[in-house]
Amino acid sequence: MTLVGWLQIAIVLALVLAAAVPLSAFIDKVMSGKRTRLSPLLLPVERGFYRLAGVDEAREQSAYHYTIAMIAFSIVGFLSLYALQRLQGVLPLNPQGFSAVDPALAFNTSTSFITNTNWQNYGGETTMSHLVQMLGLTVHNFVSAATGLAMAYALVRAFARSSATTVGNFWVDLTRCTLYVLLPISIIGAFALLFAGVPQTLAGSVDATTLEGAKQTISLGPVASQEIIKELGTNGGGFFNANSAHPFENPNAWSDIVETWALLVIPVASVLAFGRAVGDLRQGRAILIAMAILLVAGIAVLYWAEAAGNPLLTALGVDPSQGNMEGKEVRFGQSLTALFAAGTTGTSTGAVNAMHDSLTPLGGLVPMFNLLAGCIWPGGVGAGLYGFLVVAILAVFIAGLMVGRTPEYLGKKIEAREVKLAMFAVLIYPLAVLGFSAASVLLQTGLDSLGNSGPHGLSEIIYAYASQNANNGSAFAGLNGNTLWYNTTGGIVMLLGRFAYVVPVLAIAGSLAGKKKAPPSAGTFPTTGPLFVGLLIGVVVILYLLQYFPALALGPVVEHYLMLAGKTF
Amino acid sequence: MLNQIRPAIVMLVLFSALTGLAYPLAIWAVAQVVAPGQANGGLVTLKDKVVGSSLIGQNFATDKYFHGRPSATQTQDPQHPDDPTKTIDAPYNAANSTGSNLGPTSQKLIDRVKADVEARRAAGETGPIPADSVTTSASGLDPDISPQYAFAQVAAVAKARNLPEDKVRALVQAHIEGRALGLFGEPRVNVLLLNVALDELSSS
Repeated sequence: MTLVGWLQIAIVLALVLAAAVPLSAFIDKVMSGKRTRLSPLLLPVERGFYRLAGVDEAREQSAYHYTIAMIAFSIVGFLSLYALQRLQGVLPLNPQGFSAVDPALAFNTSTSFITNTNWQNYGGETTMSHLVQMLGLTVHNFVSAATGLAMAYALVRAFARSSATTVGNFWVDLTRCTLYVLLPISIIGAFALLFAGVPQTLAGSVDATTLEGAKQTISLGPVASQEIIKELGTNGGGFFNANSAHPFENPNAWSDIVETWALLVIPVASVLAFGRAVGDLRQGRAILIAMAILLVAGIAVLYWAEAAGNPLLTALGVDPSQGNMEGKEVRFGQSLTALFAAGTTGTSTGAVNAMHDSLTPLGGLVPMFNLLAGCIWPGGVGAGLYGFLVVAILAVFIAGLMVGRTPEYLGKKIEAREVKLAMFAVLIYPLAVLGFSAASVLLQTGLDSLGNSGPHGLSEIIYAYASQNANNGSAFAGLNGNTLWYNTTGGIVMLLGRFAYVVPVLAIAGSLAGKKKAPPSAGTFPTTGPLFVGLLIGVVVILYLLQYFPALALGPVVEHYLMLAGKTF
Repeated sequence: MLNQIRPAIVMLVLFSALTGLAYPLAIWAVAQVVAPGQANGGLVTLKDKVVGSSLIGQNFATDKYFHGRPSATQTQDPQHPDDPTKTIDAPYNAANSTGSNLGPTSQKLIDRVKADVEARRAAGETGPIPADSVTTSASGLDPDISPQYAFAQVAAVAKARNLPEDKVRALVQAHIEGRALGLFGEPRVNVLLLNVALDELSSS
């Protein structure tokens, strides 16, 4: 670890915070239907969308109808994306002449993109036509992120309102988030990436004759436009197989800073927007501080572990001063790589600028733990906010148990129904991740896919299900996920991770919205100070670290000690 | 549920047109005018022939050129054209990016690095081996190497080309790209651009 390395990390995080503060005010304006500076330009488009879709923008929905609308939109998205992949062979904009995507892979990929996961069992440049990349994948990069923010705002409104019957209109939230927030930042960001060197062409590939006279076919495409929304919408599905490690997706430190900034800025801003929406900025700040502590702790462990290098290689005479360079790119170095790896898994992005499978055991433990906790520091667009609010509900419940009072959060009584729903959501995670991991370890077809043996093989399986469950999409990519077993079970886990989590959350929203907002009294547990921040972190540790400790001990922890002992597999 | 089907379909169609077609095509149209070099992949052209992209590494095998990092990219095995699981090594295959995905305790990784280190020792290299010179990159297409790795190759390249070592060393020195703003990223040497300059040096 070096001072210059830490400075890079600190400056990028400061840039995120500096942009998130004004962006949070803008997001809150957009989501509460107020006029913004972009309204003169976008209002006609917005109204046109409502008219054609038959949506009455003034009419709000109950939590139940809001959920139904969200599910209807997801089903239609799934079916159309599946059809696009299966038919790509006969559709235009297919310069490389790819044939139809295999059914199991198309199922996995469709699920992956409607759930904001972007798990890649496909190699972009070897599987998907430009039409699928643009009309399929890019579209869902926008709308699945907007769906996430919409659902978070439904919950936020439930806290902000008193004795309400509605939580907003899904179609309005979806439209406004895409038009006012995601699209304008994407346009600016796409040009920033373009000038940094990211291509934007409709050509499929270029043939070069190398200096030594060999032929090199270089895959190309409309990368810049997809790259920015891939990060901004915390999606993560790369144009190329190597994702943001590919020099066309991420050519230098500048593009890396833009991408790291983009994947953190909306999650951070939406937490601050939550504070604005409930009328108390300190509420958002407290949650953000808890998230920041967890994120930075992860960055520190990752950076330390990777900068130390692999002792097995050092023993062979390799200079450890560059750190562990297997699966990393020279231009980023250890600090920007550590920041990216912790950021992409602390949010539900899942883009990678290094191969996580080749991280040192403790370096790899950090992204894995971030995934197991559901990617909530600061989380995916919207998903991080509602995910962490569930933690907050459990935290006030535990605080309430300790002092023997009915817990309250933001003036709303947290009662049996809310706590049951929150626990239901939280327990889906270990069930899906550990359940399917255990099954994969027992089945030969699960083991055949392994790229590494020993404890690292177990890590590959746990990482795969944790990533899909948290709708992240990064991978220990040595595992061959493109098999009938992993495509199918992974798809199921992604659906569970998104919908079996968010439907209870929306039910909590419905239940809370109808409650009367009580003014704080002398006995109210304050949810703004350091005590609450500490409690939030404590709940995370109890809930996730203890729950997954046996699995982590058998994977990365034991691998670390075996590596120190010089054991290989 | 049924009354939500119409907005679901119409919204998806409208957003597909806006974010899936209008947005990327508009960026494409402007990009081709304002930054055609970047937009088309930073291609390097010598005498009207494309010799590669400045962003994409290529495989250098002879002693006449500086070598890039080991690459783990693969290509379809020509013996088994129909079985996608059968692949063979094809370093710097820019149509199929990938890393090795070998974990830190992988015997395969240790064996590979050991063989590379021994070969370098046999060729007379002493001192610690730069880490980037024996590890595969994440993309398999890393265009850069560390300055240490470049300097370690100076003697061999100079000998193969019959050039004085200081001239080659000066060329490497001139091709070191520092950190952006002196702060971001790592110092590096672009192998393709260095080798293009090396050819010019030899022919002058």
